[in-house]
Amino acid sequence: MNTGPTSPSGLPPSEPARPRGLLARLHLDLPLLTGLLLLCGYGLVVLYSASGQDMAQVERQLMRLGIAFAVMVGVAQFHPHTFRRWSPWLYLAGVAMLALVLVMGVVGKGAQRWLDLGFMRFQPSELVKLATPMMIAWYLSARPLPPTWKQLAVSLALILLPVLLIARQPDLGTAILVAASGFFVLFLAGMSWRLIAGLGVTAAAAAPVLWHFMRDYQRKRVLTFLNPESDPLGAGYHIIQSKIAIGSGGIYGKGWLNGTQSQLEFLPERHTDFIFAVLGEEFGLLGALLLLSLSLFVILRGLQIAAQAQDSYNRLLAGSLVLVFFVYLFVNTGMVSGMLPVVGVPLPLVSYGGTSLVTLLASFGMLMSIHTHRKLLPK
Amino acid sequence: MNNGFEFKDYRREGRLFTRRALVAALGVVLSLGGIVTRLIYLQVIRHDHFTTLAQDNRVKLVPLPPTRGLIYDREGRLLALNRPAFNLELIPEKVGDVEGTLERLGRLIELRPTDLERFQRLRKQHRRFESIPVKLDVSDEEAAIFAVNQYQFPGVAIRARLRRTYPLGAALSHVVGYVGRISAADLKRIDPSNYAGTTYIGKTGVERSYEKVLHGQVGFQQVEVNALGKTVRVLSETPPRPGESLRLNLDSRLQRVALEAFGDYNGAAVALDPRNGAVLALVSKPGYDPNPFVDGISTKAYEKLRSDPDKPLFNRALKGAYPPGSTIKPFMGLAGLELGVITTRTKRYCPGFFQLPGRDHKYRDWKKGGHGMTDLDKAITQSCDVFFYQLAHETGIDRLQSYLQQFRFGERTGIDLLGEQRGIRPSREWKRKRYKQVWFPGETVIIGIGQGSFQATPLQLAAATAALANGGHYFEPRVVAERIDEGSGRRTAVPPREHPIPIGDEAHWRAIRQAMIHVVESPHGTARRIRSRRYRIAGKTGTAQVFSVAQDAEYKEEEVARRMRDHALFIAFAPVEEPRIAVAVIVENGGHGGSTAAPIARKIMDAWLLPDRPENPAPPGALP
Repeated sequence: MNTGPTSPSGLPPSEPARPRGLLARLHLDLPLLTGLLLLCGYGLVVLYSASGQDMAQVERQLMRLGIAFAVMVGVAQFHPHTFRRWSPWLYLAGVAMLALVLVMGVVGKGAQRWLDLGFMRFQPSELVKLATPMMIAWYLSARPLPPTWKQLAVSLALILLPVLLIARQPDLGTAILVAASGFFVLFLAGMSWRLIAGLGVTAAAAAPVLWHFMRDYQRKRVLTFLNPESDPLGAGYHIIQSKIAIGSGGIYGKGWLNGTQSQLEFLPERHTDFIFAVLGEEFGLLGALLLLSLSLFVILRGLQIAAQAQDSYNRLLAGSLVLVFFVYLFVNTGMVSGMLPVVGVPLPLVSYGGTSLVTLLASFGMLMSIHTHRKLLPK
Repeated sequence: MNNGFEFKDYRREGRLFTRRALVAALGVVLSLGGIVTRLIYLQVIRHDHFTTLAQDNRVKLVPLPPTRGLIYDREGRLLALNRPAFNLELIPEKVGDVEGTLERLGRLIELRPTDLERFQRLRKQHRRFESIPVKLDVSDEEAAIFAVNQYQFPGVAIRARLRRTYPLGAALSHVVGYVGRISAADLKRIDPSNYAGTTYIGKTGVERSYEKVLHGQVGFQQVEVNALGKTVRVLSETPPRPGESLRLNLDSRLQRVALEAFGDYNGAAVALDPRNGAVLALVSKPGYDPNPFVDGISTKAYEKLRSDPDKPLFNRALKGAYPPGSTIKPFMGLAGLELGVITTRTKRYCPGFFQLPGRDHKYRDWKKGGHGMTDLDKAITQSCDVFFYQLAHETGIDRLQSYLQQFRFGERTGIDLLGEQRGIRPSREWKRKRYKQVWFPGETVIIGIGQGSFQATPLQLAAATAALANGGHYFEPRVVAERIDEGSGRRTAVPPREHPIPIGDEAHWRAIRQAMIHVVESPHGTARRIRSRRYRIAGKTGTAQVFSVAQDAEYKEEEVARRMRDHALFIAFAPVEEPRIAVAVIVENGGHGGSTAAPIARKIMDAWLLPDRPENPAPPGALP
């Protein structure tokens, strides 16, 4: 199971007789894998501090990482054709389960997100995070690109269906991520700029409508984001303390385990959604830049893989999945640094928690599959 | 599944995708650039601001109250100490539902109505986030019961306190005073930061006048707290400087002797050391137990003390202004001699009354038939009034009052206790100010025997007597002998302060002292009953009419009606060769000074001068 994460230490010996190394045979992409491992390693270091030096939590996270990397390796073994064939079925299953969750899901943290499968809890929205871009890519790649108006309309409907179901749970963060994943497929498929601008205007106009559908806590988050100081002990507390943590970290940081904001628990949810503030406090601007650089490397390598893919479906899917990773990163760091409202989006591969980790690494598994299953075209 | 790709242009689609991917990459870089910009803003530009905020978050200043200094008597007996006590305390701001909590607490631990009453009273005047005692001195068993159930009572805790205790109780209440909880009025006269964490403040007596010394300096701990306000570690500590202890000049044994000497009488006695003004005893009877005041006396008990006709809360020694009566005569005589109005040989005829020239009114002598030919010595020994009527008249009020001012009649003695009264040294100016009236010559006459509007406190009389005894060295009375730093053992003496009285002729002073000796030793002396065989006493008796006291606001009409007897006064010093004690005694409603006040003074002097074997009654032939 753990061959994935451990393999980089055993880089393939450059034997001329065997042009394809171990990594290639496992369908893994070395640059992407290196980037991911570095990110996760860095994340564990931060997590140890953010958990209040609780080794048990680090070990649990390490176990989750092991499982997630195993899933990634497993997914990478499938041929992209398989993803393509499964796309509509996964999508249908996902949407069906979302509907089921609303009817009979398990309530946790004030929202219905889980399906109790008896032996484990399953969060259908995680499946939908992958299934939606797969579905749109499948739908659009069947026809010449760029998509026609009719295709765009169908695609939008396909995106909105799961998004609304997730928003009903309510889980604003995941809804945004799913919407973004579908939209990125449209964007990469060549949706016209005029239409993008038009959608932007429509979205702006829809904001009041969206406001109407928001739950109280969601509205509060938006209001708090607009003026955190209005409620320093209540909803604004997160943002204020998080900004203090990051700001007081300075350029070089206070040093590992020395962050007063994080170690003394002024920072709420320090090991989950707000772990970036711990990083910013203890490792400073330089530490944050290191994280952003590693992530940027992963994103750019992902986009390169997408661009090198050999058909539209693979390109669209790969590009979209990478950009979703970017959305995770951007929304989380933006919210922790007080630029965006607080929505429940973890820092990818760093925040404590398992569900999103598995989904993320599964998507990277797809990327690797897409990259490593290319037919070697004669030049 | 895959249909309709007949028109797909793979190259075009590839180029399209690459363009879009590049745009996306650009977007990613720009967005992350935005994040970086934000981080630079927070971490570089506003770094100092957020560092301050982070510091404010985690560092709290916790005051460390100093331990209050102890109070000893001159022999080192403890008069005020800090006894460890465990109190059940509650912080209303943390509890929320105070009444409900008290109700539930009452089911666990017996809360008496007095406890609840005290709690409610203290609650009204408490400072924010101050812990208020619900029950004082809880037993081990009660503490254990509460400890088991503490989780149900956030904001309630058993706290170890140092409770101020006065072991001698009422005997010293008017000297040592007491501490109480800090009130809003107290807060106005102190530096609140120095009292952060302090519970008690001196309210009366030495506790009040030496508050600064006894309290000490508050210390501070810089502690790191977590988000729950719990102390994680101590960053730095400025330890508190404990208050210095005080050793009094006062001898608690002498104090008790003096108190007991009064028997059933009320009154005041002050004993000073004429050599430096040390207060050896300061009695105001009745006293009161200061201990209930420490944690707030109940309204009922306080009302009882206040309405007691014997006025136990009233410090007679400092605040009781009585007409000095005949005890003023030695000072009058000295004034006459020093001002050259009379000589020691001047004789007057005393027919039993005195008349101002051209007036009919007769100023009577206490002795019906009069004293006949009287010189100063006889006038003092037998307390002839006529001699002093005439002397006062001849001297005139202006010269008289300015001479008496040197003995600080009508002035504060400068004792190291707060609240002493000035008394009244009548003068033209005083009368103009007080009554907007001119001075009449007849008033001067009765001033000569210490009556009329003349008023002096027992303390003033004692201090003036001491100055007479030591030949013109007026010392401000000092209750406190020295401050003791308990940590280092360093002792700082409280220096005596002298106001020298100019001496015209030593012989005048000797003559007055001689006359006062005759008061005790002459067969005709008014205090001959207290003559001692073991040391020589000089003194002067006095009687104060209660009428004049009735004008004093401290006394009510009905009391005067009930107690019409005169106040008995006596001043004395001993031994006459080298005085070591000067005493002033006032016995309220005691009648004549020689019969009630003088024996009390004698007992005090015995106790001081003959500490091993009080001479009472004197074994015949012990000393020649």
